[in-house]
Amino acid sequence: MVQELIDVLVTTFWMVIGITLIFAIFLGVSALVYYVWNFINSKKDQMRGYASLKTVTFGDESSVTANRVASVAGVVTVFLIWMIATGSNLLPFKILPVPFIGDTQFEYTATNVAGETDSAKVQVRVTKFGDTNAEKLVAPETSDGFAKDDVVMVQERRAKLLRAQNNDDGGKEKGYRVTAVNGQPIDKNQTVEIENGTVLMTGAGSLQVRPYTGPTMEALYLPPPEQVWTRFLQLNAEGYQGVGLWENVMWSLIRVVLGFFLGCLFGIPLGFAMGLNSWLRGWFDPIVEFMRPVPPLALIPLVIIWFGIGEQGKVSLLFLAALWIMIIGARAGVSGVNISKVHAAYSLGATKSQLLSKVILPNSLPEIFTAARVAMGVCWGTVVAAELVAAEKGAGKMIIAASKFQLTDIVIIGIIIIGVIGFGIDVLMRVAENKLVTWKGRG
Amino acid sequence: MSGLIVDDVSMTFELPGGGNVEALKNIKLDIKEGELISVLGPSGCGKTTLLNILAGFLAPTGGEIMLGEHRVIGPSSERGMVFQQGALFEWMNVSKNIGFGPKMKGTPQAEINNRVTELLDIVGLQEFGQKMIYELSGGMQQRVALARCLANDPDVILMDEPLGALDALTREKMQSLVLDIWKKTGKTIILITHSVEEALLLGERLIVMAPRPGRIHKQYYLPFAELGVGADLRVVKQHEDFGPKRDEILNMIWDMEEEIMGRTESA
Repeated sequence: MVQELIDVLVTTFWMVIGITLIFAIFLGVSALVYYVWNFINSKKDQMRGYASLKTVTFGDESSVTANRVASVAGVVTVFLIWMIATGSNLLPFKILPVPFIGDTQFEYTATNVAGETDSAKVQVRVTKFGDTNAEKLVAPETSDGFAKDDVVMVQERRAKLLRAQNNDDGGKEKGYRVTAVNGQPIDKNQTVEIENGTVLMTGAGSLQVRPYTGPTMEALYLPPPEQVWTRFLQLNAEGYQGVGLWENVMWSLIRVVLGFFLGCLFGIPLGFAMGLNSWLRGWFDPIVEFMRPVPPLALIPLVIIWFGIGEQGKVSLLFLAALWIMIIGARAGVSGVNISKVHAAYSLGATKSQLLSKVILPNSLPEIFTAARVAMGVCWGTVVAAELVAAEKGAGKMIIAASKFQLTDIVIIGIIIIGVIGFGIDVLMRVAENKLVTWKGRG
Repeated sequence: MSGLIVDDVSMTFELPGGGNVEALKNIKLDIKEGELISVLGPSGCGKTTLLNILAGFLAPTGGEIMLGEHRVIGPSSERGMVFQQGALFEWMNVSKNIGFGPKMKGTPQAEINNRVTELLDIVGLQEFGQKMIYELSGGMQQRVALARCLANDPDVILMDEPLGALDALTREKMQSLVLDIWKKTGKTIILITHSVEEALLLGERLIVMAPRPGRIHKQYYLPFAELGVGADLRVVKQHEDFGPKRDEILNMIWDMEEEIMGRTESA
């Protein structure tokens, strides 16, 4: 227990170091671009708007707006780092050394039972990952002495075990062993650098050839952008596992819209009821306050047990995800109505139902919209998670299926599409809000 | 239309922590139709409570309010109210705000439109019918509030510090407007204010209330409101009785405030 805790803390410590490094690089680039941009701009005459005349900007939030040049540069930087880290072909030249592909060789020295030594050559051919058509090296017919030459084929970034002594005269006798590589002595669990790689002697005394990999990331972990793009085009045309890319996305969206719609349909009237009536507020209050902090994801197992893995379960889950948020939003909307407005409406002869439709409903629209934006965000997150657990179709299902076959590019495409659509939903909600609630924040 | 009678109204309520508050005690008022009354008093004297009871938002614990033949039991369009601020409907434009009352009663739209045009003219906002509330200044917003109240043609207009949040110049213009409307429409108006000058200018009858328990301390019958109709209010303030009256009432309220402070400190 204590040991586990210490392990977690140590891991966290290294994470702090790692994250700090990443941020330092990112901010360093940011500072560089900032000074370059300012240097270029300082030579131009600029229009002086009111905001540019403010001397106090640090602390004046209203004078801080997102600099769009910085936004673009930031995104470009992320792509650049991505390309550099993966050794992308989109870069005009490679910034980080790439993994070795091609032919290399080394020489090993063996000692036989009689104590005599001899050496032989090993030809190594490193092929591109997944390249099955590469020309095979042919083992040489003969060589002098008891140690015989070998050949080894190895894939980029992979290691290959070489039983160099297998073809040697007397190589299978006990006591026959390899003692040096390229003239450097080697023993069990030791490595020797060779040209474009290393050779490791395993615990059993065999040699393992590892071609040079370099610091770039392997496509399995992070594919370069062009590979993701190619995969995107392919997905767009063919789909994945028989389901079109956009069909997957559509299914996720349909679930979200249905669940969100149900949540609004029941949540808004319930919220109003809780805001307008003491009995109903008391009745629902414990349930709402209890269910609100329960993450919808925690309900997935129960929903699967109750409704199975079909659409009903997922829509119910999203309904529950949206319901509490909408109830609380609508309730807050009612309590946010200035009592003067209510009194004024009654003094002007409004009935209760007129008060509800003409005063309380419009007055709570801003709160309802805020809640709806939150609910939409939560629903979108929940649907992806629910699809990760069980689904036939959907963006979440697509990425979890792809991850099982280590198709990292599909996973990344899925993540990007999920992000873009989540952002798109929020933008749409904001546009709708600005159209419908023109008076928000003014007055 | 008929007079408003405040018949021995008392208001006592329990505090959450225990103990009682006598917000109002035995208030008796006989308000004639068309009277312009201003109510003045230190904070906590129960003047807003009284207005809320008159409007029907609060039920008194003793006594009753009679408007003509019937008893006041809740809010109604016969008693219109103008609030300090924030009571306009921001989601409607000026015209819709003004037409709200008639619309709730199901008045035909053409009739509402005529009424709104007429009222916009009265409050001097002819050009602003289609503006949204947030596009108007504070003074204009209060004009809209006044017009909205008038649109229902109420018997009594209750005003809860309607000019309290306005700057001095705007306030003076609005005071003239209130006097004009009073004269033109002949409505009964009861206005609560913090400002002694405003109470003097806008009260045919000025009621000074005293706190703990909230009660009527003194009443004055004043000529200034009548003088102020259609006149420059700054001239009215030069009237020989204006200064002495203002000082007298100021001192009265000052003493009350002192007494409250003293009592709080010794407690």
